[in-house]
Amino acid sequence: MRYIEPHVHMVSRTTDDYQAMVTAGCRAVSEPAFWAGFDRGSPEGFRDYFRQLTEHEPRRAAKFGLPHFCWLCINPKEAEDLALAGEVVAMIPDFLDCPTVLGIGEIGLNKNSRNELKMLERHVDLAARHDLLILAHTPHLEDKYKGTRLTLDVLKADSRIRPERVIIDHVEEHTVRMVLDAGFWAGLTLYPESKVTPARAIDILEQYGGERLWLNSAADWGVSIPLIVPRTGLEMRRRGWSAAAVDRVLFDNPRRFLSQSPRFRLPEE
Amino acid sequence: MTRQQVLDLYFPAARCQLIELAAFLDRVDRAEGEADFRLAAFKKALRGLLEERPDRAEQALLAFSDPTEEPLERAPGKGAFGAWPGGSATP
Repeated sequence: MRYIEPHVHMVSRTTDDYQAMVTAGCRAVSEPAFWAGFDRGSPEGFRDYFRQLTEHEPRRAAKFGLPHFCWLCINPKEAEDLALAGEVVAMIPDFLDCPTVLGIGEIGLNKNSRNELKMLERHVDLAARHDLLILAHTPHLEDKYKGTRLTLDVLKADSRIRPERVIIDHVEEHTVRMVLDAGFWAGLTLYPESKVTPARAIDILEQYGGERLWLNSAADWGVSIPLIVPRTGLEMRRRGWSAAAVDRVLFDNPRRFLSQSPRFRLPEE
Repeated sequence: MTRQQVLDLYFPAARCQLIELAAFLDRVDRAEGEADFRLAAFKKALRGLLEERPDRAEQALLAFSDPTEEPLERAPGKGAFGAWPGGSATP
């Protein structure tokens, strides 16, 4: 089985995980910028983080033969402070020439506040001006339905944004239809307790056809499972999916979306 | 899959999860003090499971969700509770 892990936070994982992922068939990782579990104290903290994403992590992944790509932003949890967030967004263009940067992400909302919306709009504008892909986070738990609607409103209001170049991640049963109906891609995140299980993810794939859907682990510094994507592949086979159909979802779907960035290139198999 | 196949694959896990829910409710009942909006939302979502409809998972998620449309003036912290505190879900 081969797969692409399109949303994982390897800065918070050890090299044991790189080794295990490659052994399980991972062919590439894509890592959006996220909240470290604490608020960074200054814009320079983000500069160091962006260097970690664009320089250190690709080198660390390369030791296991794994291409590493990344996305840049200030995450929604740190977007409430508009002054800090504005400085970070202004810094992002300094890194856009890095060869592994695919786009802007994971942007979005957390508690659905006005300041978070303002920063979401600034990120969308940045992505539009530079013709970059967008990876959007949707809020947790009770905030997800409202936050998904607000996020879609922002994206649909900008005529420069092409829906096929945007993935709205962490969808669940009550948000997937609105995302797909609007022409965006939808990400199913296999994260313990707070997002979908493998069985529910496969239910959604079977109901919606799997054309613009990808699976990811979003494994990070919390209790999470970096191998949940290939494990879900096994569950798909248990349900009668063919190997080719599993490959389409786990490898070809993320490849198709991410290849819209000219920087996403994989070595010949 | 046929219904028999779904049951063969998922009944043991679903049975376990149902008993976990039952044990959770028993645990809440044995504990002292008041519950809060989370338990009311939980029971509302639970009642929906018994309805004959094809979108129970979606309805359960909506039972816990914030239905409002206007952004908040300020973010009240960073975390989520699992249920909307402003809801008027009744047990």
